[in-house]
Amino acid sequence: MIEAKDVRFTYPSGVEALKGVTVTISEGDFVAIMGQNGAGKTTLVKHFNGLLKPTKGKVLVDGIETTKVSVARLARNVGFVFQNPDHQLFGETVEDEISFGLRNFGFEKTVVGTRVTWALNLLALAQYRKTSPFMLSGGERKRVALASVLAWDPKILILDEPTIGQDYQQKEKLRQFIMQMQTQKRTIIIVTHDVEFVAECNPRVLLMSDGQIIADDEAAQILTNTKVLEQASIVPPQIAQIFLDLPELDLPKHIIDVYEARNLLLNLLGKEKSG
Amino acid sequence: MSVFNGLKFRKVYSPIHNLDPRIKFVYVCAVFGVTIIFSEIIPLILLFLLQIPFILIARVQRDWARSMRGAAFLATIIFLTNFLVAFIGSGYLVTPRNLENAVAMTLRFVVLVESFSVFFLTTSPDHLGLALEQTHVPYELVFAFTTAVRFVPVLAEEAQTIMDAQKARGLELERGNFLKRIRNYIPILIPLIISAIRRSLELAEAMESRAWGATKKRTNLYLLRLHNGDVGLIAITILIVAIAVYVRLFVPIPSIYEIWTRLI
Repeated sequence: MIEAKDVRFTYPSGVEALKGVTVTISEGDFVAIMGQNGAGKTTLVKHFNGLLKPTKGKVLVDGIETTKVSVARLARNVGFVFQNPDHQLFGETVEDEISFGLRNFGFEKTVVGTRVTWALNLLALAQYRKTSPFMLSGGERKRVALASVLAWDPKILILDEPTIGQDYQQKEKLRQFIMQMQTQKRTIIIVTHDVEFVAECNPRVLLMSDGQIIADDEAAQILTNTKVLEQASIVPPQIAQIFLDLPELDLPKHIIDVYEARNLLLNLLGKEKSG
Repeated sequence: MSVFNGLKFRKVYSPIHNLDPRIKFVYVCAVFGVTIIFSEIIPLILLFLLQIPFILIARVQRDWARSMRGAAFLATIIFLTNFLVAFIGSGYLVTPRNLENAVAMTLRFVVLVESFSVFFLTTSPDHLGLALEQTHVPYELVFAFTTAVRFVPVLAEEAQTIMDAQKARGLELERGNFLKRIRNYIPILIPLIISAIRRSLELAEAMESRAWGATKKRTNLYLLRLHNGDVGLIAITILIVAIAVYVRLFVPIPSIYEIWTRLI
């Protein structure tokens, strides 16, 4: 569980990136942090594994204050996958790359082997085991980066912009993967600009603007609330836009799911359809 | 990364920033030369103090202090090496002379960092490139140079991100003995080098697609001309060199210890 209590953070350059953020993320939550560039999203999640320490206020991870322990210690439970995989890949082979974290955390050699195999299979990378990560495509590199964190099976998983540079199929795989992690009661936090992806996943959304959380609710509520979205420079997903633009039809307003929208429209046309 | 910050240009308007970079460079080189010809502590202290008015007029004291802090590690190594060699050489004795010598060598390094840091803190890469171009350095070289300077802060920022990414995977830079600690930096250096190479290739392609180098003859909108301040700096430079050469050749320089014993 993560608790942030009135967290303020000022960068050495003098930029105040967080202006009093209070939020609780419970075990098993699936949270999307959204907002415009410079809203403080990445700054906030960097507090969750201790990469940044609050200038004022407190961050507690499983009851432990982040200022009191090392990043390595927190990272054991809080996996953080960075936006750009090229900022972390250095291994000679994909296998080396994935075992890096496991070796750092002092896993035994046999365990490292089984964990690497497990992570490779999980992300469909088994055929690249002995390939250099630099020979892979952008999407594959991103998956290697994800696998290298998943390998030690952290309780909390933070993904910074996981959908950037991914084609639709990869996004869909990522969504399915997140759903699978959800069923295992993992806590997942994603930082993203991708409104359509959030609409499909339907997580709890923390909307940030200018270093503060301006809304915290279900995706269907926030992504259809034009007032707060405008404040965070976000456009509603296309499905929601259709329903928001048709007030005269007296349809429900909080629609972001394609399947739900389709059924509503079919109903409207008087055509019941199953499936 | 604080050493990089000491070399990072920040736009401030001050009389020092407006000086001709060519003259400033000559001044820095002169200070460099003078620092090399003295190994006594008193002239080095004077040289150190001499830079301070420049720093204050340029209002870069905070950035300068940061670069000094960055240099502290190397300065400590220089001090310890000098001191230990003298300590062992003099038969395991701590003499005031040994101590003063070690401080002087350290100070020499500090003055060098100080003067170069002032130069880079008060000279924009563009200004510097212009100066090089007007001294007839081929434009390709000038461009490569200014680009390299401009990318220093970008690389420093990237190094920080990479460090964060590896720390998030359990890397502890401060763990282990000396050799292990150096090895800890491999996961940071490899991504940094690779992304620098990738970035340079991208930059080259982007430039070529915008017809870089299509015309051989280039003209500049801004031209550097010498102003009163520049003439003043030339005068100061000549004065410093003249005094330094005179003192070196004709004046015996006492050590602080000698002055101290004479006073008592």
